[in-house]
Amino acid sequence: MTDTAPDLDRLRGAAPPRNHDARTIAALTSNPGCARRGVMDAAGVDKDAVAQELGFPAPFGQSQFAITRGNAFEAQVKADGCAELLTLLRDGLGLDVPEVAYDDLELVAGNEGRELRHSRTRRLLARALETGEGTLFDHPLLRLEIAGRPAYLEPDVIAFQLAGRLHVIEIKSFAVVDGQAEPEQVAAAARQSAVYVLALRRLVTELGHDPGRVSHEVFLVCPENFSNRPSATPLDVRPQLAVLERQLTRLTRVDAILAELPGDLTFEPGEALGASVRAVEARYAPECMAGCEMALFCRDEARACGETGALGRSVRDDLGGVDTIGTALALADASLTPSDDLAETAAQLQAAARLRAEALQGVA
Amino acid sequence: MTEHATRHLAPVQADELNPSEAAARVVDDVLADLGGGHRGVVVDSPPGAGKSTLVVRAAAHLAAAGERLMIVAQTNEQVDDLIERIAGRHPGITLGRLSASGYVPSERVLAYPAVRVAQKAGDLAEHTVVIATAAKWATLSEGSWPWAIVDEAYQMRSDMLLRIAGRFERALFVGDPGQLDPFSTVEVERWAGLTWDPMRSAVSVLLAHNPGLPVHRLPVSWRLPASAAPVVSEAFYPFTGFRAGTGPGDRRLEYGARGMGTTYDRALEEAAATGWALYELPARHTLRTDAEAVRATAALAVRLLQRGPVAHSELGSRPVDAARIAIGAAHRDQVTAIRAALGPHGDGITVDTANRLQGREYDATVVLHPLSGRRDATAFHLESGRLCVLASRHRHACVVVARAGIPELLDAHPSAEPVHLGVPVKFPDGWEANQSVLAHLAGHRVPGD
Amino acid sequence: MSALTSLARLEAVAAGAARPLATVRHCHVSDAPLVLVPLKLAGEAAAPLAVMAGSERDDPSLLVVPQPRNRDLRFAFAADLAKLVLNHIETSHGAVEELPPAKDGEERIRYGDAPQFLVPNRGGVAFLRLMGRSTRFRSTEGPYAVDPTVPVLGRWLTWFADRHDHPGSSLLGAMTELLRLHWATGQSSLEDGNLAALMGWIAPPDGLDGPAAAARAEDPVICPPAGPATDPTFDNEVLAPAVAAYDRSGPGSRAEERLRAALAGQLTPTWDLMWQAADLLRALPEGASVPGRWERDRDAFTYYHQTFGEAYPQARRDPPVRAARRLHDLERAQDAYDAQRAFDDPLVMAEHRLAGQAFGGVVTECDPTRLDETGKRPKLRPHLRVETQDPVRLDPGATVCNAARPALKGRIMEIEDGTVLLELTGGMGRKLTPEPGAVPQPGDRVCFTSLTDGSFGAAKFPDREDTPWTHGGPPEEYVPTGEDAKEDWS
Repeated sequence: MTDTAPDLDRLRGAAPPRNHDARTIAALTSNPGCARRGVMDAAGVDKDAVAQELGFPAPFGQSQFAITRGNAFEAQVKADGCAELLTLLRDGLGLDVPEVAYDDLELVAGNEGRELRHSRTRRLLARALETGEGTLFDHPLLRLEIAGRPAYLEPDVIAFQLAGRLHVIEIKSFAVVDGQAEPEQVAAAARQSAVYVLALRRLVTELGHDPGRVSHEVFLVCPENFSNRPSATPLDVRPQLAVLERQLTRLTRVDAILAELPGDLTFEPGEALGASVRAVEARYAPECMAGCEMALFCRDEARACGETGALGRSVRDDLGGVDTIGTALALADASLTPSDDLAETAAQLQAAARLRAEALQGVA
Repeated sequence: MTEHATRHLAPVQADELNPSEAAARVVDDVLADLGGGHRGVVVDSPPGAGKSTLVVRAAAHLAAAGERLMIVAQTNEQVDDLIERIAGRHPGITLGRLSASGYVPSERVLAYPAVRVAQKAGDLAEHTVVIATAAKWATLSEGSWPWAIVDEAYQMRSDMLLRIAGRFERALFVGDPGQLDPFSTVEVERWAGLTWDPMRSAVSVLLAHNPGLPVHRLPVSWRLPASAAPVVSEAFYPFTGFRAGTGPGDRRLEYGARGMGTTYDRALEEAAATGWALYELPARHTLRTDAEAVRATAALAVRLLQRGPVAHSELGSRPVDAARIAIGAAHRDQVTAIRAALGPHGDGITVDTANRLQGREYDATVVLHPLSGRRDATAFHLESGRLCVLASRHRHACVVVARAGIPELLDAHPSAEPVHLGVPVKFPDGWEANQSVLAHLAGHRVPGD
Repeated sequence: MSALTSLARLEAVAAGAARPLATVRHCHVSDAPLVLVPLKLAGEAAAPLAVMAGSERDDPSLLVVPQPRNRDLRFAFAADLAKLVLNHIETSHGAVEELPPAKDGEERIRYGDAPQFLVPNRGGVAFLRLMGRSTRFRSTEGPYAVDPTVPVLGRWLTWFADRHDHPGSSLLGAMTELLRLHWATGQSSLEDGNLAALMGWIAPPDGLDGPAAAARAEDPVICPPAGPATDPTFDNEVLAPAVAAYDRSGPGSRAEERLRAALAGQLTPTWDLMWQAADLLRALPEGASVPGRWERDRDAFTYYHQTFGEAYPQARRDPPVRAARRLHDLERAQDAYDAQRAFDDPLVMAEHRLAGQAFGGVVTECDPTRLDETGKRPKLRPHLRVETQDPVRLDPGATVCNAARPALKGRIMEIEDGTVLLELTGGMGRKLTPEPGAVPQPGDRVCFTSLTDGSFGAAKFPDREDTPWTHGGPPEEYVPTGEDAKEDWS
């Protein structure tokens, strides 16, 4: 672990490490085969800034209407010491929530330091675990080790203690209509919640308790149907937890990737930036567009190289391992004699070309 | 696979019992529950745990109690299997087979002239036990039986159960939760999260609406040898588990002919000695009908047959002929390619997809790994039920053919599956199950050439 | 996807232009479809912002909710949209055709035509579905009364959205899906979701090739998104100030005009593309089974239209029997659609040939009068040997039929070295000699496939009140409540 730290710092150049939040940590699981992303994330490189510098700014703008709506909904749920939330937990889910104490861990008198806030979170949760006191802990500041360094997690969840177990409550502003929500949005929420569950479990373990006291069942609070009224849905995040734990251990394999890279590599802004980024192999797939700041750069690179993968994973799969479009087309029209490895793929492509030509004959 | 971990199973404290006693106790409990006034009883049966035996016992038990009974199986072959078993074991039970108009009775059924084959349920009204496929039962719009036994209930879709449930008052549902889930040719999300989602398995919907029904689990696999039961149990039944009915020394696979030191022979010897072999071809991304892998798969099966294998087990010693060898693959085109590659020396060897191998048993199997030669995994290839079926058909040995590089593929697999609210989480996760099996196979690796 | 489609994508990359995936059109395109280009407010499930709609290219109607958070304005929008949509439904179904009575003697009719809705993409379908959900339960009286047309609109939108799930239906089309059925581009399917980029590959603007047109289409300033999601930059820099100005100035103000103009600017490029795309589709020759499928669509429409007055709004979720029945219908439709497309289109059949489930070639030998005399009575079983280069992956014994005339059935006898021996089993007439022309002759080009045209028969389902205990027993009958009517729409 510590071996990679200096190299990772150098990669980032003078820039401070970018803070992780649950979103960025959850994103680590979305394309784990990508060395470029792995190295940049491990080093805490600001990928957004790098993409901008390279002329491929990430297309992840947010509408102020969405932001306003999200904030308003969260404020409403949490108003008056989470009054609406409690009603929801009691009446909506039928939970036996006896007495209520609400602690907002964001408020630390006169000092907003993260260490201080984290230690306050520790202290309050330690007491809660020992005495059962406290019900809702808003904005807990958690910490998770990412590639050997602690990352603080931006607090936008509530830890909820019920019958000696802690549950994560995640407030999201996408609608649940007749019990259904956009599966991609639910998946993203589940991945983020899993990060909080994991961080809470690490904390609980540090405090000498059974990590099982943090439940894998989180509560997703969303607007119901077309209204502003919140609804709560239990969500089992065990699959996301398993993936996350796997990928966090895997981040340590970044050493192996670093070992192959030139010693003076850096992602500092400047003329060499493009070459530096290209020095670390990417594994671009169109799905990257949904979540990685580097996606447009990588797509451009993949297209320039004629990578079959730029057309989608299934296309590359259909081509049985032929990486470039030029090779595949040359195999299809038999202008390239295939190596033994590719004989079968070539035969299939030639058959495909023949069948297409035959079917299109009458048309053209 | 189904959402098993979240369900409460009757506690099993049978480990101190010997396997026969442990299994017998569960069967006794099941039979006792049939008289317990429950509308339904569910029995989970891991691979080779005596599911069919249980169905026959339960049928006889209910018949003896004077109940008329319908049996629901999923395929004509399964129907014939059960007829053979029931008629063979309980000749006193009047047995009727309800069939579609085009059905030609198989030799297995014709061997029992007392079994009446009919197209109309009315013709079988006097029969104690009437047996048919679910599809045939679904064509009936009237008639009622006090009891039903639904076999392979986890492979039946809940919409099928909806169509036949009106025909019975009470039912015993028997099946293997670890095998392949039912599927649909259409992709629609509109029912996701509903407890009656027609695409979910019959058992899953049944239990969602009747959470109090007793659920039993057969604890012993009589098929899988001691070398395989723990591997399959850990990978595919992580929360429930089962054990082998036989001990490590109870089964042996021997070859009559000596090998010639080829890599095929080495893999076969490894499989005979340890129950498993991973015949590993060099890493390469390939088409799914990877000629080299297809050739190796077929050749291993043929070579196995040619070496005159003899299986020694609690059933005695018997030669392993072609009918006792199967080859499994994920896709139909792979199956066709392997059949073509088998040639005349492989005559009689079964080659089929995981879907069609469900519920079947062989002495030795050769499996083309679903992830072999792939660059990316898909949900289809990762489905744990697929690998579970392929890795749990054998009594003695299983040879897996794969290209190197599957662990790397699994490591690089992006996990971005959409999540539907209200849909129970599936266990085990296909990714984990695949890792678990591969980790075991790594110890039985024979590099191919 | 298949290797054939993938190859077409590679060819598109090399050519810098889309490549055909079909030789005929597999969907119905009306002469005057109702084109709908909706926009919704970011961050909300289905808060309408604007829609451009109409059945004439030169005469779009623009409906706008100038303050999308205002409930009254939303319902006013819904009422306007309802008038437009319902008018289209009533004016485009043509005359009633009397049909021969059904088996049970019941009278049957069918409208000569049916309305067709076209939206830019799947998001458009999802929006109409949610819009339908949010309006169909509204009450037209009492404290939360809405215009009487609003719940009617909701039920129709729901019905069309449900019909979109039905494989082969053309009643509600998502343009990107329709285009992708017929053309392969040199970009991924994800990028094909952008109508402007997709059209850029198929019919690039003058002077541009496919990649250049697609790149241009990804700039939201030049090519605003086809909705229903808006461009966040537009939201922040144009829409938000315009809505704020409207809030200050009120209805009928110049601020409202400016807001409408801004939204029109976002919608018009997509509107034009929709009509251009419809023209491209129309230009393709119609597949042989398209009229048959459109007839099923007309039947479905006729039934819903005729029974509209007696029915309740569609339930929130399908109860058990409804769900099972619908799944069964969808699976039957899917089977039939897949097979029909292959029989209609040699390029689709080529997919099956490449997959080994069909083969084409030239007849080399034929014994048209061969009899099988092993049974009690002789049967006509001609033998046919076909020479093929296709990678046949059918097993001996497999049943196949002739792609050009599916009634002609046969069985594979043997496959070796590029020839297939077939025994013909049906579709040659009832005599012991085949009808003239029924059996292909040596030298004929033929294609046989294991696909079957006839889908499996309709299944029986219990009545709703007989929903079994395994599925929770009979569900309560849905009766609209006041609760539904006053559901917030904020």
